[in-house]
Amino acid sequence: MGVRIGVLDLQGDVSEHLLAFREALALAGRDRGSSVVPIRSADEIAGCDGLAIPGGESTTIARMVDRKGMRDPILEFSGGIFATCAGLILLSAAVEDDRRFLPLGILDATVCRNAFGRQRESFEQDLPLEGETEPFHAVFIRAPVITRAGTGVRILARLPQGIVAVAQGSHMGLAFHPELSRDRRLHLRFLKGLQG
Amino acid sequence: MKLEELRFGTELLKRGFASMQKGGVIMDVVNADQARVAEEAGAVAVMALERVPADIRKAGGVARMADPARITEIMGAVSIPVMAKVRIGHFVEAQVLESLAVDMIDESEVLTPADEQFHIDKTKFTVPFVCGARDLGEALRRIHEGAAMIRTKGEAGTGNVVEAVRHMRAIMGEIRALQGKTRQEMADRARALEAPVELVIECAERGRLPVVNFSAGGIATPSDAAMMMQLGADGVFVGSGIFLSSNPSRMARAIVEAVHHYDDPKAIVDASRDLGEAMKGLDIHLLSKEEVLQTRGR
Repeated sequence: MGVRIGVLDLQGDVSEHLLAFREALALAGRDRGSSVVPIRSADEIAGCDGLAIPGGESTTIARMVDRKGMRDPILEFSGGIFATCAGLILLSAAVEDDRRFLPLGILDATVCRNAFGRQRESFEQDLPLEGETEPFHAVFIRAPVITRAGTGVRILARLPQGIVAVAQGSHMGLAFHPELSRDRRLHLRFLKGLQG
Repeated sequence: MKLEELRFGTELLKRGFASMQKGGVIMDVVNADQARVAEEAGAVAVMALERVPADIRKAGGVARMADPARITEIMGAVSIPVMAKVRIGHFVEAQVLESLAVDMIDESEVLTPADEQFHIDKTKFTVPFVCGARDLGEALRRIHEGAAMIRTKGEAGTGNVVEAVRHMRAIMGEIRALQGKTRQEMADRARALEAPVELVIECAERGRLPVVNFSAGGIATPSDAAMMMQLGADGVFVGSGIFLSSNPSRMARAIVEAVHHYDDPKAIVDASRDLGEAMKGLDIHLLSKEEVLQTRGR
């Protein structure tokens, strides 16, 4: 059956997310009848099965979400949310040492922004991933980490600095950018989770 | 399971950082208060400077990298990325900024060039670079030197968008003209552009530059910003346009709105209402040859 994936198009690497989901749907043999679309207004959210919140500047995206009246439609959204980097910060329940914006509180987790430092400290690294024999090549850009994960949150990957990939129901929260590398395994897992 | 080692400063990390800026506004600021105003308005990053370009014009003399103390002060005030400018070719100023852990370095014609022959070899740095360009050849030469992001030059500090438009149209038009050409024709074009043929082919295939391309140099109103987005910019730099307007906080917010809703005239109307005075601006034709900044570096 086809699925509709919306990518929140407020700011950040939106086109990379659109492309990655189109590739993943083709790999899963589910591209027929499916669509991947940029979401620019609040009333387009409910019609999706999955919603991606891309990487970008979390403070900027958070302000846009509120200015465009998207907070309630996202909170009421019944599908799965795929959130990377800035998206993960938005999805979390709390942000350490930062009162600049109110996160959505969908993911029962606390995050720490820029946990590895500034851009100079951004890195690429192979990451052991729960349930996989091959590592995942992960791209961390001014990335956050998860410092606390609630009991309903499954930990998919961690580094010495903290947790970097989690799942909660059909939601997925990632501190790194799978849309920037070629590996589509996490996208495929997310799509699989939407069926059930 | 064999794990690959940690890697820093790769091309993917540099270009990836630039991708995270897309759809955003990067604002020039000269102190911590301005940086906070920019962040509050929704800027994706700030450019830390000693003076905004219009004031650099007025001050005259040699314009150099900002005082590290000023840059550090700005880095401490906001959580969004902080960029800073170095003179064209001044690789030691760039080493200083990298050591300060600035998030991106702008090798900029707004400052007085330090080398008339060579730009900085940007592949030697962990921190990504953004460079100015007026046409496709210049953009591809900078990318070949390691720039992770391009900004069309425009004419900084004028509040006059005409040069920004000229440069964006030039780059987009030259890329459109490549499409449908044979490999042989593209190799010929690459020679004329004085650019590597692989990059020329990549532009033709993707229908755009291989890296993020922002617009800069003369954007002073929400409509200016939206026009540059409609012409194909991935985002905009606003220099003097915000903090030389009569109400910087409102102007900053309005330009952020206009960049997001660049294809929605009604939203641009709302963003433009009661903004106060935009910066005064300069007629490009009244500038003497020495006052033109865009011809620095090629």
